[in-house]
Amino acid sequence: MPSALVFFSEFSEAPSKAQRELLTLASGFENPAVAVASEVSAAAQEVLASYGVVKLYTASSQAQVFGQHELSVLDAALQATGAGLVLLANDNFSRELGARLAVRHNGAIITDVIGITGDLVATKDELAGSYSVQAKPTNGTLFATLKPNSIEDAPAAANIPLAVEELALEDSSDAKVRIAAAEAKAASDRPALTEARVVVAGGRGVNGDFGPVEDLADALGAAVGASRAATDAGWISHDAQIGQTGVTVAPQLYISAGISGAIQQKAGMQTSKFIIAINKDVDAPVFEIADLGIVGDLAKVLPQAAEEIRRRKA
Amino acid sequence: MSEESTTPLKIVVLVKHVPDVQFDRHIDSGTLRLDRAESVLSELDEYAVEAAVSIVEANGGFAAGHEVIAATMGGKGAGNSVKKALQMGASSGLHLSDEALAGSDTVATSKALAALVDYVGNVDLVVTGMSSTDAETSVVPAQLAERLGFAQLTHALAVEFDAAQRELAIKRDHLDRTLTLTASLPAVLSVTDQANEPRYPNFKAIMAAKKKTVTELDLAAIGLDAAAVGAIGSNTEVIGAEARPAREAGTVINDSGQAGIALVDFLAEQKLI
Ligand SMILES: Cc1cc2nc3c(=O)[nH]c(=O)nc-3n(C[C@H](O)[C@H](O)[C@H](O)COP(=O)(O)OP(=O)(O)OC[C@H]3O[C@@H](n4cnc5c(N)ncnc54)[C@H](O)[C@@H]3O)c2cc1C
Ligand SMILES: Nc1ncnc2c1ncn2[C@@H]1O[C@H](COP(=O)(O)O)[C@@H](O)[C@H]1O
Repeated sequence: MPSALVFFSEFSEAPSKAQRELLTLASGFENPAVAVASEVSAAAQEVLASYGVVKLYTASSQAQVFGQHELSVLDAALQATGAGLVLLANDNFSRELGARLAVRHNGAIITDVIGITGDLVATKDELAGSYSVQAKPTNGTLFATLKPNSIEDAPAAANIPLAVEELALEDSSDAKVRIAAAEAKAASDRPALTEARVVVAGGRGVNGDFGPVEDLADALGAAVGASRAATDAGWISHDAQIGQTGVTVAPQLYISAGISGAIQQKAGMQTSKFIIAINKDVDAPVFEIADLGIVGDLAKVLPQAAEEIRRRKA
Repeated sequence: MSEESTTPLKIVVLVKHVPDVQFDRHIDSGTLRLDRAESVLSELDEYAVEAAVSIVEANGGFAAGHEVIAATMGGKGAGNSVKKALQMGASSGLHLSDEALAGSDTVATSKALAALVDYVGNVDLVVTGMSSTDAETSVVPAQLAERLGFAQLTHALAVEFDAAQRELAIKRDHLDRTLTLTASLPAVLSVTDQANEPRYPNFKAIMAAKKKTVTELDLAAIGLDAAAVGAIGSNTEVIGAEARPAREAGTVINDSGQAGIALVDFLAEQKLI
């Protein structure tokens, strides 16, 4: 069985679901190690140990350069462990780190992975989730990026002490890409889109008012998503966009309101467990993939549903 | 912007010929390869062509000596995607095609594309889409930056080029922030669908494109060993592919005033609340 190395840019004592899934997957391999490109608190180290991680490699950097530090941390940890499997998050930044190191060390990279066997056969989604493909490395280390919501989060029972190693890295201040400015995004109290059990999404049909969508989302404890028509119109942040060029989600329940169901939108949500669609137009393509379709006005249906949920919960 | 002083830019824009996303797409159960009939220029690469042509237009135009070379690696039909890029304003085209390229994974693809960029020579900027719509890996641009030793400016939401400094600035989302990143040329730039609005070629542009040349190249022409690419030169192998059963339409009801309640009944039945 190959040894596994997991990479995180940041790791706190309250890890995201995606991070916990990566740790769970790694715990099934030899000598699970973790590399983190910033400081890891004592409490966060305890979380790592509870997943059976035996070794932590860290180094932080203040340099205003982009990507270089993370690349150096992962590369150094890879050299130190000689891992046969490197596990990364599925976001663009993490993919690119894996991609560069796969080239640098003539290894293999597989993205959008939903599972990996002990002999490194990866199962992944292809063609916007319409195919499930098995692929394996034929040379070098496998860099695999794991789709969120793929694995049952399960801390390992055995508590092995965690060894920590501070990596000594060369200064990366001569790197090619500089961070000239950084703007914080508005924080939200709602669950993160990629991790939410329920997503309520609105499209052009909300006609500028996300109120009913947000209200139903709050009644359900759901995340709020949107079509590109709605984000392009500026009614909601681009971060909420679901689809080919936005976020891919696979929640238990996806409620689509005032969205026609274009192929690029379906690409981001069609592997949801249940889909409910509300649309005025009986011919909207979204009805072809909905478990429950409601031909009606979202401005009436959503508030009624939100009120009914609150009534039943009370 | 001092137009006269702009040293001509040599830009390669990478365009991929992919199965049209509007149709059903299939992976052959025998060869485990994607059926590539009905292919078109990847719609996300239109944003790359637009970004490359706009940089030229904002800096003295093609009359100033800038070049935008639309390049692809792919089978016979891929030349059509290069032609579409020429209609959108690219100045010339390259089509790398060789039987030995079949079955290339991203590591092998980036090797071939980097060799193509080296073959062109003295390239200042490589522009790509944010992702191919068939492989959907979003890793080839970063791999190219690694191989070429160019700065990596990827997933750009917005692009600005400072001709005097020969410096690019992009906006990119990262963790909980939107960053402004800058780098000097040479660079690999990948653009998202937020970066611009790709133009629709008019009749004049279509006629003008007919006069532009597309050069066909094989591996020997760019000096790349056939064993370095294709299935042999790849580090991954696909060993199985199954189509997920198509989703079926469920019940569709008309709202006659109680559909919100029906929605909640459905949630309760499925134990979703
Ligand atoms: C390169 C590229 C990438 C793209 N990426 C994405 C992506 O990632 N995500 C994405 O979503 N799209 C994407 N798109 C856009 C996509 O093709 C569609 O244009 C978009 O999804 C349409 O959004 P919509 O369904 O909200 O709007 P429309 O298609 O205009 O549909 C609005 C729907 O609302 C219904 N409606 C109107 N009023 C009401 C009401 N009061 N109550 C109920 N229903 C109502 C209408 O019947 C209609 O069906 C992309 C396009 C391109 C070219
Ligand atoms: N075979 C190819 N020919 C030309 N460009 C490509 C090819 N493969 C990938 N690219 C470029 O790389 C980008 C990202 O592709 P990918 O990493 O496959 O998602 C695409 O948008 C293209 O610009």
